[in-house]
Amino acid sequence: MNNIQEKPDLTEVERIIAKYNGKDSWLVMILQDIQEAYNYLPEPTLELVAEKLNIPLSRVHSVATFYSSLSLQERGRHVIRVCDGTACHLKGFVNLRDEIERQTGLTEGQTTPDKRFSFEVVACLGACAIAPVMSVGNDYHGEMSAEKIKDVLSKYK
Amino acid sequence: MPKLGTINELTAYAQELKAQCDPSKPCVTVCGGTGCRANHGLEVASMFEKLLKEKGVCDDIDVRTTGCHGFCAQGPLVVLVPKGVLYVSVKPTDVEEIITSSVQADEIIERLTYRLPGTKKRIAKEEEIPFYANQKRLVFAGSTKMDPTRIEDYIAVGGYSSFRKVLSGVEPEEIIDWVEKSGLRGRGGGGFQTGRKWRSCRKSQAATKYVICNGDEGDPGAFIDRSIMEGNPHSVLEGMAIGAYAIGSNHGYIYVRLEYPLAIENLQIAIEQAREHGLLGDNILGTDFSFDILISRGAGAFVCGESTALMASIEGFVGEPRAKHIHTTEKGLFGMPTNLNNVETWANIPLIIEKGWQWFAGIGSKNSKGTKVFSVVGKVRNTGLVEVPMGITLREIIYDICGGVPDNRKFKGVQTGGPSGGCLPEEKLDLQVDFDCLTEAGSMMGSGGMIVMDDRSCMVEVARYFTEFLTRESCGKCTACREGVMQMLEILDRMTTGKAEMSDIDLLEEVCLYVKENSICGLGKSAPNPTLSSLKYFRDEYLEHIEHKRCRAGICRDLTTFIISDDKCKACGKCIKSCPVEAITGQKKVTHVIDYDACISCGVCREVCPFDAVDTK
Repeated sequence: MNNIQEKPDLTEVERIIAKYNGKDSWLVMILQDIQEAYNYLPEPTLELVAEKLNIPLSRVHSVATFYSSLSLQERGRHVIRVCDGTACHLKGFVNLRDEIERQTGLTEGQTTPDKRFSFEVVACLGACAIAPVMSVGNDYHGEMSAEKIKDVLSKYK
Repeated sequence: MPKLGTINELTAYAQELKAQCDPSKPCVTVCGGTGCRANHGLEVASMFEKLLKEKGVCDDIDVRTTGCHGFCAQGPLVVLVPKGVLYVSVKPTDVEEIITSSVQADEIIERLTYRLPGTKKRIAKEEEIPFYANQKRLVFAGSTKMDPTRIEDYIAVGGYSSFRKVLSGVEPEEIIDWVEKSGLRGRGGGGFQTGRKWRSCRKSQAATKYVICNGDEGDPGAFIDRSIMEGNPHSVLEGMAIGAYAIGSNHGYIYVRLEYPLAIENLQIAIEQAREHGLLGDNILGTDFSFDILISRGAGAFVCGESTALMASIEGFVGEPRAKHIHTTEKGLFGMPTNLNNVETWANIPLIIEKGWQWFAGIGSKNSKGTKVFSVVGKVRNTGLVEVPMGITLREIIYDICGGVPDNRKFKGVQTGGPSGGCLPEEKLDLQVDFDCLTEAGSMMGSGGMIVMDDRSCMVEVARYFTEFLTRESCGKCTACREGVMQMLEILDRMTTGKAEMSDIDLLEEVCLYVKENSICGLGKSAPNPTLSSLKYFRDEYLEHIEHKRCRAGICRDLTTFIISDDKCKACGKCIKSCPVEAITGQKKVTHVIDYDACISCGVCREVCPFDAVDTK
């Protein structure tokens, strides 16, 4: 899926693995840090992790695909997360989701062609008291309504 | 900052810090919880710092950003110490006036005080507001007073004195006795006796043992552990250190979900400070006891809240649970004896050691001791965190503390225990809230999420929602859970879209029982609870969905038709503006009308109508 992309510079991966002393028990955190650095998990990084930790590539893949926060596909500059926790669900999650889909043309799990936004639905952001909640990047937006979506998204270029 | 080499040095250091605290010195505390932060709480705090500096009084008046105060519905919150005055919904532009009128002078700014809902009565003193007055705050007592990034704040109010006490020569067995006699049960959901768990882990013979703090609070609707980790991280570290000493472990892990970046940050700061002060590391305070803690971040899998799945995740594998024929206290993390407790459980330990097991056992109900923190959210006025003694009724929590259902709607039910729990109806409002009573009623304590629903919440849709959540989060290892929960969802989907038949109710119950009996771990075993409990208490809603193809709450779109009442519509145009599909027509002074060819029954018009003119047909 990433064949068209150039081979990324892997020095950062080596640095991350060294930070965890090359121990395979830190595999989940190593992949998180790689994603933080590269925006997603490019295939060559996974191969290098398997090699350096001396574990099968299949294990790296199984972990990378099991945990929902890890992504094998490149994501947008701003990740929109709409919370579908119970409180948010009761307070209008469906209408928020539909409005974001309308505004961005994305459905869950997709990224805009210009790489501006990725759109995810998440189980719970743990900010239930200000439901319904969405986050863009690290910013939380509480007490949302479908009407406010356009304004919020316009802040992220 | 000293590295404390002996127990006496810690005692002296604590006295020194305490002596430096002047309780009469004015201090502005600003809530730094996630709710208040989302409402620009940090800007309020920095505005205080800036203006106090400009006025040249920053040495006379302290500003402190604290952990979550729990009154999230009213944030950002500002409390003036020592006056005890609480200001709600504070904006950065209010700060100047607060300083001149209420900090430097003694006036109360009426408009910033809390107004009792439905009345004109305003209350300025924090302790007199029903939301606070009816709580019993023990675990949460510290969060509102301290800066969680300063170990000095924690030590000054008596922090690490329980750890000091046990290191001063209490036998590990004796500590376990205390915890056992206190009656403390695990706050993560299962409610297992904490002391018993510790004892069985202590008995296991092994050179290496682990203690783990489960901070993977995945239940949608619960954010209790988040607030403790963010607001009082040292209480968790102290609890773990005491537990490790009692069990005979030198290694600790805290597993925190990635969605809680502030909790991870504050815990990391706390661990580093504890190390620098010699409270974690080798030969702590000059004793033979060595203990250190590492943080492991979750990566977005609900099932990792299950103990064996969590351990697999720390080991760097897929988070799949295993059958517990052998307990984790014998064979857990890396195959070694492991004691896992939840965040809130650990945070209770220093209190029990400090005040004695008798004190703790004196709080709560017959078999559930101490307090429990609940996150009360959904269709309730005072959403937020409340800490109450076990055994208090649902009614006291929802009405007396949290102010009941807003917007003149009617209470329908309350969901406790997250996706593993159940929905309880109005007639259960006088039920005592403790481990046993909730389980008897078909729900469970869970980690403490409490979601209030009004008559615009559909119980069938709520059951469908939890079931859908669980199909996504099932790890797929055992067939009963992987396939069974999926089948439950298919049936519930049929019901909410008007395609179900009467026989589907029996089928649904049959599948539920199969999943309950045959799943490996707690996720699957409890997955049918939301469905079974709503079938028990709200069966008529299911029947209505199937027989009459009607959703009385107006939530299931395929079964809902909205209509604008001629009598009530004031032709204000709000619904026209908000309708996402432009299905409403009308002009000034002309009653608005819905075009049913375009309408998608989303209900936005009903939400925005100020005159209650939109209702289901």
